[in-house]
Amino acid sequence: MANFEFVLPPAPTTDVTPSYGAQDLIRRSASSVPPPARKLTEVAKLIDVSRCIGCKACQAACLEWNDERIPVGENVGVYDNPPDLTPNMFTVMRFTEWVNPQTQNLEWLIRKDGCMHCADPGCLKACPAPGAIVQYSNGIVDFDHEKCIGCGYCVDGCPFNIPRISKVDRKAHKCTLCSDRVAVGQGPACAKACPTHAIVFGTKEEMKQHAAERIEDLKSRGFANAGLYDPPGVNGTHVMYVLNHADQPELYAGLPRNPRISPLVEVWKGATKRYASLAAMVAFIVGAVVHHIAAGPNRASAEDEEQGRKLIDGRAK
Amino acid sequence: MSAERQGAGTVKRHSLGVRLAHAIAAVSFILLALSGLALLFPSFFFLTALFGGGEMTRFLHPWIGLALVLSYLVLFVRFVGSCGFGRDDVIWMLRARDAMWSGREENLPEVGRFNAGQKMYIWGMALLFIVLLVSGVIIWQAYFGTLTTIDAKRLAVLAHSIVAVLAILGFFFHLHMVTWETGTLRAMVIGTVTPGWAWKHHRKWLRELVAGKS
Repeated sequence: MANFEFVLPPAPTTDVTPSYGAQDLIRRSASSVPPPARKLTEVAKLIDVSRCIGCKACQAACLEWNDERIPVGENVGVYDNPPDLTPNMFTVMRFTEWVNPQTQNLEWLIRKDGCMHCADPGCLKACPAPGAIVQYSNGIVDFDHEKCIGCGYCVDGCPFNIPRISKVDRKAHKCTLCSDRVAVGQGPACAKACPTHAIVFGTKEEMKQHAAERIEDLKSRGFANAGLYDPPGVNGTHVMYVLNHADQPELYAGLPRNPRISPLVEVWKGATKRYASLAAMVAFIVGAVVHHIAAGPNRASAEDEEQGRKLIDGRAK
Repeated sequence: MSAERQGAGTVKRHSLGVRLAHAIAAVSFILLALSGLALLFPSFFFLTALFGGGEMTRFLHPWIGLALVLSYLVLFVRFVGSCGFGRDDVIWMLRARDAMWSGREENLPEVGRFNAGQKMYIWGMALLFIVLLVSGVIIWQAYFGTLTTIDAKRLAVLAHSIVAVLAILGFFFHLHMVTWETGTLRAMVIGTVTPGWAWKHHRKWLRELVAGKS
């Protein structure tokens, strides 16, 4: 006991290397990427609404992992807290009280809202900053804050109203599907924290199988319209819901029935408009040069000068 | 000697105030076109380097837009009184095509302070700038990002981009007319034109000037 020096044992960690990175991008905003050499297995988060108890452990885990803080909330009359997504709160439980007209039962529908990681991401399509939004071949859509310019176009592109622009750093923020955790073989923080396994994470195929089992179970319990929410309008999502009333997704705090990138955004970002605009600009420049060369400068002649001077002097006499 | 005549046989065309407002509008427009194209087309994103990067471009563009709107408002107020359309303007428009290629204006009706093309440009740009101002405010993320619905912003951002391209095309046309018509640029730079220029392009205006104010 002579040695009072406290010696820490080596930290029980090992170096981990991310299993995917820039070489696995399949889309990059306002730029192109070479086709990746390999295709990662698609991942998905499955949120089983019927199992959710509304404890908000997922929200707490999200704040914790992403090292975000939100101010102490105020009661706005509903359980939603904060009442909406914020630049710091990437996921919010949305509570809906609904009386089922068939059973007269009061149903408490709780949907964990957040980025759906669309296969056809509207945010990425709308983004003007090269590389600020990227999509990996495993399906994760991520924001690169270094490259974000804070224009807010991603908000216009998103069919689910997810990105939020920070007043502090003027950049867009949203759920990353914990891409940093997934890269080292971990599931998202929210899934890890969920006490009822309402949130599970795995390959998209596994999650679809798991969802099929859950839907079968729900149907046997009287939810005839139970189903999977994996909307085809955005080519499917990498966050999916099991809904006990899949025929009425709007019930769940306005979950869109058929989300798709707005036609206005498609036209705005479409190739037609781009090429038409550039062609018109080039045509105007070429036309101007041709006209100038062919017609020659429009110059007042000596006679014009003479006439003009005469007019002025005639009056000034 | 009349007030309209200055120096060796020149005619005063634009006041100092108009020329300064025009200079601000012209510089603003060019900066807006460059920064706007950078944000509209990925292939032009490199132009953000002129403004200090993407974030600075996003920050500066709306403010330059306000400078353009205010300076154009000055021009519009000073010009609008001479921008009414009449019968002669219709005839002028119908015959302008021929004059554009021949450079001869004998067949055109005598033109007042502005010809029909200039009037259309002044009115047209005013309309385009109103659309750009309204839609631009709606998509000005830093201050008005959450004031409207997302659908309104989608419509605004689309309208802003289409109208901006139209304005750039109009600007090209304006620029071309100025360079093609020798002696026009100096009217906006030093403020005067030659008697021959006024006689050839704006004879009615010259007559009014001589008759009315001297």
